[in-house]
Amino acid sequence: MNSSVSVKDLTLKFGAVTVLDKLNLDIKDGEFLVLLGSSGCGKSTLLNCIAGLLEPTDGQIFIKDRNVTWEEPKDRGIGMVFQSYALYPQMTVEKNLSFGLRIAGMDKAEIDKRVARASEILQIGPLLQRKPAALSGGQRQRVAIGRALVRDVDVFLFDEPLSNLDAKLRSELRVEIKRLHQNLKNTMIYVTHDQIEALTLADRIAIMRGGLIQQLDDPMTIYNEPKNLYVAGFIGSPAMNFFKGEITTADGRPAFATNGVTFMLDGYKAKGPLRPGTKAILGLRPEHISVDGPETADTHQAVVEIEEPMGADNLIWLKHAGQSMSVRIGGSRRYNPGAQVKLAYDMSVASLFDAESELRI
Amino acid sequence: MADQATLNTAGAASAASSGSRSGPSGKRPRPIFSTRNIVLYGTLTLAAIYYLIPLYVMVVTSLKTMPEIRMGNIFSPPVEITFEPWVKAWAQACTGLNCDGLSRGFYNSVRITVPSVIISILIASINGYALANWRFKGMETFFTVLVVGAFIPYQVMIYPIVIVLRELGIYGTLSGLIIVHTIFGMPILTLLFRNYFASLPEELFKAARVDGAGFWNIYFRIMLPMSLPIFVVAMIIQITGIWNDFLFGVVFTRPEYYPMTVQLNNIVNSVQGVKEYNVNMAATILTGLVPLIVYFVSGKLFVRGIAAGAVKG
Repeated sequence: MNSSVSVKDLTLKFGAVTVLDKLNLDIKDGEFLVLLGSSGCGKSTLLNCIAGLLEPTDGQIFIKDRNVTWEEPKDRGIGMVFQSYALYPQMTVEKNLSFGLRIAGMDKAEIDKRVARASEILQIGPLLQRKPAALSGGQRQRVAIGRALVRDVDVFLFDEPLSNLDAKLRSELRVEIKRLHQNLKNTMIYVTHDQIEALTLADRIAIMRGGLIQQLDDPMTIYNEPKNLYVAGFIGSPAMNFFKGEITTADGRPAFATNGVTFMLDGYKAKGPLRPGTKAILGLRPEHISVDGPETADTHQAVVEIEEPMGADNLIWLKHAGQSMSVRIGGSRRYNPGAQVKLAYDMSVASLFDAESELRI
Repeated sequence: MADQATLNTAGAASAASSGSRSGPSGKRPRPIFSTRNIVLYGTLTLAAIYYLIPLYVMVVTSLKTMPEIRMGNIFSPPVEITFEPWVKAWAQACTGLNCDGLSRGFYNSVRITVPSVIISILIASINGYALANWRFKGMETFFTVLVVGAFIPYQVMIYPIVIVLRELGIYGTLSGLIIVHTIFGMPILTLLFRNYFASLPEELFKAARVDGAGFWNIYFRIMLPMSLPIFVVAMIIQITGIWNDFLFGVVFTRPEYYPMTVQLNNIVNSVQGVKEYNVNMAATILTGLVPLIVYFVSGKLFVRGIAAGAVKG
């Protein structure tokens, strides 16, 4: 596969503040890449650099193997969708869609054809003669996507496009964006701070922090094998349970000891040898712990503290190994506070991090 | 039977609900003559009277004949209404050798105000737009210089400007005065436009750039249509400011180009003959009429423009 967008050693400084630091990123043709991170991590800045709206201090940007570092946004073959929709308030939807094409001096018939096609794809035909003020949030964002669509570009850039919408519309439009990507097969770069959006939409997710990419992988790898403690804690809701302790051996098998409790590490796919005595952090996702399953030698006992029923599933908070821990179980299984439960762990999807370097072991 | 039962339960329900509503419910009644209302409306009325009395005296006096004015009752309404002073003020009052009233000054003022307002707003809005949306080298310095310019007293600059205009060969002409007005309006207007454009969402500007619009396309097609309120505010500031200007008018022009304000002064302060108070009053009202009309016509837009700048800025 050819690379569609590629960023080489990109550095951006605002005065003394380094927002992006020698960042490298290669995005394949037709890939849906999500830049995920908390606010201030540089994800929107990176997107603006790719769009040409911000000038990098150093480094290069290639789109379709063409160096576009010094080019104007309009010449880069990109379309962009903004969080606040950024529709031109005084123009009708149709004029909004065709604005860029009219600026470029395209002939009327071609403009009409493209607007018609975009409005058909996004089902905004009936809205064409309305002004943005007369549209709902979801409709506005659809028009904004349409504005990128009519330009017939190689790369779509989304800057938190769903953040201004309410929860229901957000999930609807999320599906629509995914459908759009499946139909068009364009390269899409999508910035968000919402991990659900990232996990559901992405072919690959780049998790950013402090202007650096922490991990760049497909969603399942990110979810099951986070490279470091930050990624492990950032992805997943409710968050992963962490235990501080050290690696030991029990009965000649590798194990993890914390606060007098021993977790057997059978089945854990370690990247290297597990040296006993290493200070480490064990991460267990709430959904990777089973409650009251078949009895084995390694089951633990714990007491239920709080129960949070959420309909489809049920989150119970337990006191275990001297700390609070959450476990996700089926929605129909209910436990009262104070109940005794038996816990078993799926170590094949657990995570173990070095306590010092915070990297995966 | 069934209906009867339903009716009964409904009746019981409404009785129950009205029973529970016996206490305070809905809007609290407010007496008209409360202390709050008396203080509030009293203060407003006093302030209104304080400001309106001079205007009343002017209007009344301008409609009186001179013998009636000499009787000295300045607050009494005219016994015999006459429009003679108004006609005289407009068309016959003498300033120096000319005896064609204020009309000459009015046309001069129009010829000064219209181009000055248009040129200054045009330049200032482009300045403000560039400062708010486009980063360029020396932008901070430029802005600082401009803001400082807003605080320098006019008097300091009058003589240097006279010299500059003389060297340019336009001293005493209308275009000279128009240039001076345009320059002096620049700091405050640029500031006004910069703040307004900065308050518009930045993403709109970015979207337009991605769409391929350049400096002028964004200005004319995106920014201008969204900025009507601030243009109205700028127009009001400039029209009233330039129309009411006296200092620049008297310093930078020759008598045949004197604006209305200067001419009004010359009529009112002319020493020979009797002081014609009714003519003076009429002339003053005529001169003040243009700004007054501007305020009345654009009042609502003016408030909206000020508010739009304030809330988002």
